[in-house]
Amino acid sequence: MSISPDLLTFVFGRLTFEALPFHEPILVATFAVVALGGAGLLALLTYLKVWGYLWTEWLTTIDHKKIGVMYIIMAVIMLVRGFSDAIMMRLQQAMAFGDAQGYLPPEHYDQIFTAHGVIMIFFVAMPLITGLMNFVVPLQIGARDVAFPFLNNFSFWMTAGGAVLVMISLFIGEFAKTGWLAYPPLSGIAYSPGVGVDYYIWSLQIAGVGTLLSGVNLIATIVKMRAPGMTLMRMPIFTWTALCSNILIVASFPVLTATLVLLSLDRYVGTNFFTNDFGGSAMMYVNLIWIWGHPEVYILVLPAFGVFSEVTATFCGKRLFGYASMVYATVVITILSYLVWLHHFFTMGSGASVNSFFGITTMIISIPTGAKIFNWLFTMYRGRIRFEVPMLWTVSFMVTFTIGGMTGVLLAVPPADFVLHNSLFLIAHFHNVIIGGVVFGMFAGITYWFPKAFGFRLDPFWGKMSFWFWTVGFYFAFMPLYVLGLMGVTRRVNHFEDPSLQIWFVIAAFGAVLIAIGIASFLIQLFVSFRRREALKDVTGDPWNGRTLEWSTSSPPPAYNFALTPVVHDLDAWEDMKRRGYVRPTEGFIPIHMPKNTGAGVILAGVSVVIGFAMIWHIWWLAGLGFVSLLAIAIGHTFNYNRDFHIPADEVVRTEGRRTQLLAAGA
Amino acid sequence: MTKLRRLVLLPLLGLLSGCNMVVLNPSGDVAAQQRDLLIVSTALMLLIIVPVIVLTLLFAWRYRSSNKDAVYAPEWAHSTGLEVVIWSAPLVIIIALGAITWVSTHLLDPYRPIERLDASRPIPEGVKPLTVQVVALDWKWLFVYPDLGVATVNELAAPVDTPIAFKITASSVMNSFYVPALAGQIYAMPGMETKLHAVINKPGDYEGFSANYSGQGFSGMRFKFRGLGREDFDKWVASVKADGGGLERQDYLALERPSEREPVRHYASVASDLYDAILNRCVDRSKMCQSDMMRIDAQGGLGVAGVENVITLGKDGRDRAFAKSYVAAVCTPEAPRASVASEAPVGGRSGEPPIFEMKATRTSFVSDGRSPAARAVSSE
Amino acid sequence: MSTHTTITPGDADTPMFYLAEEHHPENGTLLGFWIYLMSDCLIFAVLFAMYGVLGRSYAAGPSGADLFDLTTVAINTAMLLFSSITYGFAMLEMEKGRQGPTLVWLVITGLFGLAFVGLELTEFAHLFHEGATPQRSAFLSSFFTLVATHGLHVSFGIVWLITLMVQVVQKGLIPENKRRLMCLSMFWHFLDVVWIGVFTFVYLMGSLR
Repeated sequence: MSISPDLLTFVFGRLTFEALPFHEPILVATFAVVALGGAGLLALLTYLKVWGYLWTEWLTTIDHKKIGVMYIIMAVIMLVRGFSDAIMMRLQQAMAFGDAQGYLPPEHYDQIFTAHGVIMIFFVAMPLITGLMNFVVPLQIGARDVAFPFLNNFSFWMTAGGAVLVMISLFIGEFAKTGWLAYPPLSGIAYSPGVGVDYYIWSLQIAGVGTLLSGVNLIATIVKMRAPGMTLMRMPIFTWTALCSNILIVASFPVLTATLVLLSLDRYVGTNFFTNDFGGSAMMYVNLIWIWGHPEVYILVLPAFGVFSEVTATFCGKRLFGYASMVYATVVITILSYLVWLHHFFTMGSGASVNSFFGITTMIISIPTGAKIFNWLFTMYRGRIRFEVPMLWTVSFMVTFTIGGMTGVLLAVPPADFVLHNSLFLIAHFHNVIIGGVVFGMFAGITYWFPKAFGFRLDPFWGKMSFWFWTVGFYFAFMPLYVLGLMGVTRRVNHFEDPSLQIWFVIAAFGAVLIAIGIASFLIQLFVSFRRREALKDVTGDPWNGRTLEWSTSSPPPAYNFALTPVVHDLDAWEDMKRRGYVRPTEGFIPIHMPKNTGAGVILAGVSVVIGFAMIWHIWWLAGLGFVSLLAIAIGHTFNYNRDFHIPADEVVRTEGRRTQLLAAGA
Repeated sequence: MTKLRRLVLLPLLGLLSGCNMVVLNPSGDVAAQQRDLLIVSTALMLLIIVPVIVLTLLFAWRYRSSNKDAVYAPEWAHSTGLEVVIWSAPLVIIIALGAITWVSTHLLDPYRPIERLDASRPIPEGVKPLTVQVVALDWKWLFVYPDLGVATVNELAAPVDTPIAFKITASSVMNSFYVPALAGQIYAMPGMETKLHAVINKPGDYEGFSANYSGQGFSGMRFKFRGLGREDFDKWVASVKADGGGLERQDYLALERPSEREPVRHYASVASDLYDAILNRCVDRSKMCQSDMMRIDAQGGLGVAGVENVITLGKDGRDRAFAKSYVAAVCTPEAPRASVASEAPVGGRSGEPPIFEMKATRTSFVSDGRSPAARAVSSE
Repeated sequence: MSTHTTITPGDADTPMFYLAEEHHPENGTLLGFWIYLMSDCLIFAVLFAMYGVLGRSYAAGPSGADLFDLTTVAINTAMLLFSSITYGFAMLEMEKGRQGPTLVWLVITGLFGLAFVGLELTEFAHLFHEGATPQRSAFLSSFFTLVATHGLHVSFGIVWLITLMVQVVQKGLIPENKRRLMCLSMFWHFLDVVWIGVFTFVYLMGSLR
């Protein structure tokens, strides 16, 4: 019996057996490991009979704390994937000189550097900051949850859906071979006819919906749900940076969405936005993608600045120096971040006046950023600095980020950029600010708030191991790239002729290995801390002598966060409460109004992934079916009016009573 | 301690001196000025960066919690004087750097013809710049010397101390034309022209390459840039003329097809209008030149009838180097393929009779009778 | 449901650090939806920018002046403007708590919306028939994308409108439904404003040229 090829094409689109990478031993091995690991994990979960628990307590949860934790777990998993890509690139570049071609052909190498960039930005850095903001912001402002709890769950699963698509591309088909921003005409259908760019587009679009809605959600939360008395200028700095970061998300991600839609139309429908013929303009894409892309950098780094502010104040045992100027600096950075996008392509041939305008606006951003650094510096001044792990990350950040900031301003001088653009100097620069700023900040933040989330601190020994390996590894991995950039070596090259370059690539690869040990130390730290959770236990809810509201409740906080809504009288509300003899209420509890869990988010996101996959492989019937069911499920969900419930007062009494006992035992 | 540090630093310095930091040690005046700018800017910023780093480490050490001698002022969180300093110190640096940026960006604008050979020598009178037309192809470089009537692939030569005026475009996707020893880079983009002015001061062979990722063969998209003395350059031109064939449109169309790590090629002659045709994306004469298209568009297009003026290739046309369909050329003197009454006003409105009809040998109309919008499809 | 609790913080000597009653922060739905609308506005901004840059790139094909039929577009614009007015009437009735008239006005709004989408589709069909497809030139690509994105928004608005009408019939004018109608109201008027931009920037200026 033979099946007509037309039928096959109808049913499977362009998906065939050839799409499975049986000919790539590296991928087959990876797939085997992932499949075995995955099967093992599924079996273990089934054996432990935790599926029901996972579904009711995690997958369908609308609790901002659990959603925050899930974001971070996802980010850590994707970090391992993204870092595997990094170390493969480092290895290839350290090997491929002269006659040696290395082990990665361009076909494969080009996918790896694209995937590395996409994953690290969209599926590591973004979920880390979104996760942290989700967890911390409602606690810091004394709220029970975010403004739209269901939307929060949906946002997370959409982000996860995007990550799933990227992971699928590893084993079915291929990923984009265009670089992480997929400039046309290269990413157009004429020069990238495969599925790679489609995977890129659909994973970013699906994740982008999540990011955008999460941005809307957190803005509404911060604007509407602050505890009584918390005026804007009494908001903790982290909340301020979260607010600005989310404003940036809402004001920039639609541009990415629209730009990718236009690229999709070029690829699917044959329109001519960015093509060479018929009047299209690829330069428009470059402009638009960077109108999103530059604010994106600040979306990532502002919350990290917020973390450093909280950490510095707490571990120096001091008020943050220059709170008001810190706030204004953050706001100024937010606004200015829209006026600098052209510095990513000075070399596209704009006139000298345009180039210098964008160069100078870029430099101006370094003024508020510099002011921030000084503020942290003078917070340390006359403090009592406890060098716990979060503070170590902070000091390392201040040194590292300053260097990265300097090379950044250097690149903002257009004629200097002409010689350094697209070189490894540029690569070194943005890793310098993203690792030194965002990654260090997220590690500081995770270590700082971990006891709040789980009720025990992270093991400091392995934390220090991770810190030192990351820091030293960073310098080994990226300082050579500055040198190589000055030697005129450009990015995204997979083979070199000049043997004098090799030693620098070897040093960089060594640095990458140190960072790998740093990541491993972090994972070991999680494991060891879990094993030693009794010894590391935090019963007070305030393990670091903190200053903001989240430390006033228990660790981990109850589902309702605060039994009675706090009233704020000062900046550093919790410090103020402690200083003025606040007594924890032990009676007078009332029923608490809370939102209910729902499975709609995970289901909608699952359907979205199916639609994305169908669109990528041109399985039109499935895409259509998916779209109709997406609409139907979404509409169906709006018919559910029964979305919240009350936690009865006696349950609150029980929960708070347990805490009273614990506190008494700990005292 | 110091001994130890020296032990650590020595091999590092050795490494640094052993490598050729071409960006910091260039051989062309433009790149040298860019290098100077790098150094001046870095020095300016170090004025503030070094104190910050030193203070960070100093404060971190001095105010460690175990040091009970240090002053502890938990409520001290504001100082107007300090605030003024921490905002104005970076501001002053940025004002200085901004001024330098404004001036240097205009002075080193790649579109601006150079005014000197190097810091001490102005351009001698009567010296005409050497024009080089650069085309980034998949994945090799084509250099056309219109004044000399020759062309090369993956080899660029220029006489020392002579201004060079580059005109740069690309055939398919974006690349970036970069010779670090000579001058900063600029993008090479299809259908568009960028410019670069530079001069090479020292004879020698230098590396040139694409600095913008352009696909599969990108890593091998390198060329030799040869700075030659006057006589050597003349000899080189003579050798190109001696050992090359010609580069006509059909040769270019073959050359344009994707290929990797091409050897150096010389062409003794080159079609005089080739570069313009490449830039306007009409080397294939059946395609409408972009300059014509823009002229027509500026006058309001070709009206509703203009929808028919499209050539669509068959499935085999899905080649990296070629778009699937394109706007067909209207009449040109040497290729009267499709006849447009050139005296007829362009920009016909609906209602007027169609202002052109196509009599292409390569194209035929497939009309299903239903739609007046019949597509011209390639009969190939 | 904006049951905002007024707080009476204790005086400076004996500060109150928590509320004795349940805190009801202001509902953030309308703000959140407004923020979403602004992000949607940015999508339109990108499409307008695209049209602004590519709107004269006819690729030797037809221009707006050759293609647009201002009469149809004017009727179409009237449909949308009327629908905004009738939605306003629906909201007035909603405020008075009169379910029947609210629904009637919503139906009329929906019909105007349908007429708008229908006329737009007719226009597109006509253009396709002439061969002026989105593929023909960058101008047509950006024209179709901008106008169709707006049309898609209106279509979703209609689906949403029908859903809400069903819900109002089922549950009555309860606070949740009123809030939803308010959101859709903002959405609907927002689309009206965007259309005024499209009409002026694309059709009028395109025809004048």
